[in-house]
This record gives sequence, C-alpha cells and structure tokens, in this order.
Amino acid sequence: MSKRIDVEHLNVYYGDFLAVEDVNINIDSRSVTAFIGPSGCGKSTFLRTLNRMHEVIPGAYAKGKVMLDGEDLYGKGVDPVTVRSMVGMVFQRPNPFPTMSIRDNVLAGVKLNNKKISRSAADELVESSLKGANLWNEVKDRLDKPGSGLSGGQQQRLCIARTMAVKPDVVLMDEPCSALDPISTIAIEDLIHELKEQFTVVIVTHNMQQAQRVADKTAFFNIEGTGKPGKLVEFDETATIFQNPKQKATEDYVSGRFG
Amino acid sequence: MSTNLSDQEQKQAGEKPASALADAASAGGRAGDKIFSGLSLGAGIVIFLTLAAVAIFLTWQASPVIEIPADEVSGGNGFLSYVYPLILGTLMAAIIALLIATPVGILVALYISHYAPAKVAKPVGYVIDLLAAIPSVVYGAWGITVLSPALAPFYNWLANNLGFIPLFQGPASATGRTMMTAGIVLSIMILPIITSMSREIFVQTPKLHEEASLALGATRLEMIRQAVLPFARTGIVSAIMLALGRALGETMAVALVLSTGGLQWSLIRSGNNTIAAEIALNYPEAFGDRLAELIAAGLMLFVITLIVNFIARAIIARYKEFSGAN
Repeated sequence: MSKRIDVEHLNVYYGDFLAVEDVNINIDSRSVTAFIGPSGCGKSTFLRTLNRMHEVIPGAYAKGKVMLDGEDLYGKGVDPVTVRSMVGMVFQRPNPFPTMSIRDNVLAGVKLNNKKISRSAADELVESSLKGANLWNEVKDRLDKPGSGLSGGQQQRLCIARTMAVKPDVVLMDEPCSALDPISTIAIEDLIHELKEQFTVVIVTHNMQQAQRVADKTAFFNIEGTGKPGKLVEFDETATIFQNPKQKATEDYVSGRFG
Repeated sequence: MSTNLSDQEQKQAGEKPASALADAASAGGRAGDKIFSGLSLGAGIVIFLTLAAVAIFLTWQASPVIEIPADEVSGGNGFLSYVYPLILGTLMAAIIALLIATPVGILVALYISHYAPAKVAKPVGYVIDLLAAIPSVVYGAWGITVLSPALAPFYNWLANNLGFIPLFQGPASATGRTMMTAGIVLSIMILPIITSMSREIFVQTPKLHEEASLALGATRLEMIRQAVLPFARTGIVSAIMLALGRALGETMAVALVLSTGGLQWSLIRSGNNTIAAEIALNYPEAFGDRLAELIAAGLMLFVITLIVNFIARAIIARYKEFSGAN
C-alpha cells in the first residue's frame, strides 16, 4: 500500500511561536521526496507533522490540512496513534530498543494494540522485513541477540525493517544517514530506491548529493532570520531544483552561496 | 665557575621546551588523579571494613548460643525453634509491605514522570519525598492510634467473608494491631524509596526510544511498557531491594504497632514478631545468654539481607545483555 500526501495551508506552532508557515505541497505515492534547507528552517518540524509526531513536544500543534489519499490526518476524531501506524518514521540516530532482541525489535510495532500474531506468521514477517531492509543475511543467525549489538548502519536498517513490518503507507526519514559512515549511507540509499516500490518515502537530508541521488522531487525550505517562521520556498523535480531553480534563494543554497 | 653556571642555565633553558610536556602531565593532573583514586579506593575499603566488622562482631557475640543447652533458650526448644518464627514474621511484614508499596510506588513514579503536568508533578514529588523524612516512631504512633482502630472492622469483615483462607482466619484482632497493619505501615514508609528512585530512572529513558515506540503507533501506555519499563528494570529492582532492606530492618514502627506473640499464619490476628522488633523490645533488659540469643537473631537478619541482595544481583545479571548499557 502506498498513499499520496496533500498538504494545504499548514502552519506549525510551538506554543505561541509560529515555526513553519503556510506549507502547500503535493507528494506523489511511490516516490521519494527530499526536504533540504539550512538548519532550523523547519523541515524536520514539518516532516514530524506528517505523522503527528511533533505533538509529542508539549505545546506543539499544527493548523491546516494534511490529506493522506484525501483523508485529513488532522480531522475531527482522528487518533494520532492510528496516524502513526499508517505513516512510519525513521529517526536521525538509530534507535532500536536496547532491551529487545533483533527479532523482537522487528515485531515491536506489530505487537502493539493487542494484536496477536502466530509464531509462523511472525517468523515470516521478521524474515521478509529484514530482507526488505537488506539486513537478513547479516543477522539471520543471531535474531535473539540484542539489537544494540549491531553496527550503526545495521541498527538503522533494523529500524527501517521495524517500520516496514507495520506495513505503513508512508515512510518518513529524518536525516537517516547523518550518524552513519559512507558505506552504511550507500546501503541505506540503495534501500530507499527499493522502498519506493512499496511506499511513499519522504526524507529530510542535509546532504545535497544524497537528495540528488535518492529523490524524485525535492523541496527547499528556508528561513529569513532567527525568530521568523520557516517556509517552503520551492518544490520541483530534483533535477530542476539543483540545475535550474526558479528562486534565487534556492539557487544560492544549492550552489553553496548560502548565508 | 660563572661560565659553567650560565652554561647550565642555558642548558636548562634549552631543555625546558622538551620537558615542559612531561612536567605538566606529572605535576598538576596526575597528582590530582592519584589523590582522587586514593580517596575513592579508601571510601570503598571503609565500607568493606565496616561490613566485615559488623559481621565479625555479630558472629563473635552470637557464638555462645551454640553452647546454650536447648531447654535454657527462650521457648525451651533450642535456638532454631526460637528464631524461625521471628524470621517468618520478618519476611511476612516485609513481603506485605513490598506487595503494597511496589505497584503503588511505580504507578506514582510513572504519574510524576510521564502523566502529570509539570505544575502537579513537582508538588507530588515533594510530598512523596517528605514521607521519607517522617521518623519511624511517628509512623508507629500513627499506626497504633489511627490506622489500627480504623482497620479493625475491615479485619472483622475479612475474617467473616474470607476466613477460609488461612491468611485471613478469624477471630480478627479487636485492636487491629496485627501483622497486616504493621505491613501497611511499613509499606507507607518504604513508598518514597521506590517512588523517588523509579521516577529518577523513568525520566532518564532516552527520548529516542520513547519516540521510536510512539512512531510505531504505540499508545502512551504501550510506549511505557515498550520503552520506559524495560529500560528501568534494573533500577526498579535496585529500588525494591533498598526498600526491602528498610522493611526488613524497621524496628520502631513494628514494635509499636504489632501486638506481638507466637507464630501466627493469620495476618489479621495478634501475634507474630519480627527480628528487629524482638531485639529492640528485649535488648535493654537482656544479659548473658539472652543477649547472645538476640545478637544471633540479629545475625540471622544480616544473613537474610545478604541473601536477598544476592538474589537481586542475580536477577539483574540475567538481563545484562539487554539492559541497554551496551
């Protein structure tokens, strides 16, 4: 399953502070979309509104519409818990549960909400998810060992497997490679290419080469100054953003003349 | 002579840059390091020596017990039959206290760390910590004058309705000064230990793991079960052990509340006694063999505490690989 995302007039607040102003964006299903921009421009904040994770921070809220195949995630009576099981998330630093084995980590999301799963179905899901995350061959002999014993790159792929096991419609990635070495980064990027066959992928990255390597479309966010809200400046095909941007600010940023 | 001196000075001056690196390292930093490691080693040794001194004192003072003829020991049937009801009484009181204080303590800690708004969490935390500051004799007095009479009707009800369970066999104590009351008073006394230690650990749960759980679609309760409690497991065990230590050794509150007597399986009848209370009640008038008896009972308490701690260590070690510390 894969769904498209349409955002209309979204404003994100931390208490009284407007962090991201008036975002309108249409993200196709089965595509990879990259968010780029300077630090503090609100791209991570905006990403977290797509699965309502920003609400975890006290005082944070969003106004506007985020439509997942036409269904508003911020509509009345929508439970953020349901939203998050449909829109999965991979974080900046790998965060497998240290108290669980590799196998239990993959099943962590599946076992939520009192869902029962048979032993054989669980085995199959663990295998398919780990294969999907290109991790199966490395861990198949030590599934009952703690996930924290893996390398950083393996841990991040374990987190991706854990997210895939829930079978979400969308996978959000918040700088998934920023804590990884180049080899592990390549492994994750290869994986992102495969992920888009099943999921809608949205990735925040500071690495512009990475955006060019993995993304079909790229959105550039910018901030005019401290205390001002972040804005979506330009959203287009990745090639257009990097070679022929319409906005001066985008061109300055992608050519390194920023700041 | 003077040229020699100046030569030497020159030599020293010339050498200085080369040796400055070595000097700086050995002078300031290393001396501090050595002093500090010496101090911490000393502190460790002091604890070890204290423990050894207590153990040696107890064993030495208690040793005459072996030689006392069985019929001259209190109760008239030898030391073991004198001490085992006390051991059972001690364990009963401590277990009742833990059964009540552990779930309540953990729930309160979770409320403070993950549910209460900051405005409420702080005062609740202070109040709980204040409980630890109340002297145990005050708890004892409160137990006698308020709690016991208040519980007496409830014990009657238990005896009438659940009397078929040996633990609630009637007739219930009319004063309410029973093992159950003692256990409840103890549970209130150890509540702050469990609550404050658990809270400290709960708030240290890495944000990363809490968010990982929430992002998978966990409710707040599921997040707590998935990320917070497993992370805190070792700490919770430590907190329970500290609390158990206090419950096992608590003297005044039990001595005041409990209407002591022989071994009694019913928790709502008067009877039973704990080692600590037995020692406190009888020590002032004891001498000779009786003194050795009491100290031997104290040695038993010491041994029980050690065993409990070893069990706790073993439990923690079992989960070591999955503790999150690696």
